[in-house]
Amino acid sequence: MRLINGLAILLVYQLLGEISVHFLQLSVPGPVLGMLLLFLTLLLRGGPTESMDTASSGLLSHLSLLFVPAGVGMIVHFHRIASEWLPIGVSLVLSTVITMAATAGVMLGVKHLVANRGGGDA
Amino acid sequence: MPEAGLATIWVYLSASPLLGLTVTLVAYSLAHRVYIYANASPLLHPVVTAVTLLIGFLLLTDISYQAYFEGAQFVHFLLGPATVALAIPLYRQLPKLKRLWLPVSLAVFTGISIGALSSVIIARQLGASLQTQISLAPKSVTAPVAMGISEKIGGLPSLTAVLVVATGILGAVIAGGLFKLLRIHDDSVKGIAMGITAHGIGTARAFQISPEMGAFSGLAMALSAFFSAVLLPGLLEWFGLLS
Repeated sequence: MRLINGLAILLVYQLLGEISVHFLQLSVPGPVLGMLLLFLTLLLRGGPTESMDTASSGLLSHLSLLFVPAGVGMIVHFHRIASEWLPIGVSLVLSTVITMAATAGVMLGVKHLVANRGGGDA
Repeated sequence: MPEAGLATIWVYLSASPLLGLTVTLVAYSLAHRVYIYANASPLLHPVVTAVTLLIGFLLLTDISYQAYFEGAQFVHFLLGPATVALAIPLYRQLPKLKRLWLPVSLAVFTGISIGALSSVIIARQLGASLQTQISLAPKSVTAPVAMGISEKIGGLPSLTAVLVVATGILGAVIAGGLFKLLRIHDDSVKGIAMGITAHGIGTARAFQISPEMGAFSGLAMALSAFFSAVLLPGLLEWFGLLS
């Protein structure tokens, strides 16, 4: 029953997210707002229930499987990918390297800065 | 079974959602076994193997993607509740986030902006079509959110899904070498960079390297999912990259 209860809670939050996005005309996808609402709930109640934990770890431990149907969608875009493989490929590789290096650089730099100032407010 | 019977059942199966769902799970299960057998090498990531197997299957059997998706949508649907579920690891990382909120938030905003802007600008310079450029923008964001963003800004959500998976694999493969080259040994830094760049696929890889790197990667992925959804459309518009 734990899995079912947990899944029901996740779906309720997703539904709340979708409804709020629709009525408030927000530019955030419904599940993302659902995630924020669940996060706020966890803050208020001081942690997840066992059933939430069961359902979320079940879903998140096989997150890769959930990408498969969308990945197979590549079959629909064969022509586009074949004719634009160079810009797509170069953009993917360069942008991934740049993003990873820049993010790591900023994180490392600011972390040292904060540490050198005596730990800030931590 | 007589041949006519076999043909009838095939016609029935190829139109029923049962086949699409079954082949998805079987392909993933095989792909996962290969991945474990290959000592979890990110090059043999189960998504790559499973997608390759399934595309081969659809081409061989002449089943359309639409017919396949009738069944596969049950798996695809779970991306929504999985996104909601990210709130739980995010909550668990809260003590870490409290200690490092300044470096983490600056890194997240840098990563989101540079990730989107660099991919669109590079693709634009090399002559990609506008729709391809826009579909590339959310490539570092976890798939369900990226597809939502892509739809909002005029990209192709299904192309974005493919690019997101490709980015995740690329990030997981290059991270080790890149961090060594940059002489970065701090697991919190590596995790944040991984989660921002390579979302869930990178996070899965990060957990293999160390639990701390995985936790930070999951944290970065969840923060990026939320703030990308809020910030990316406006950011791209501000830079005039949506037209």
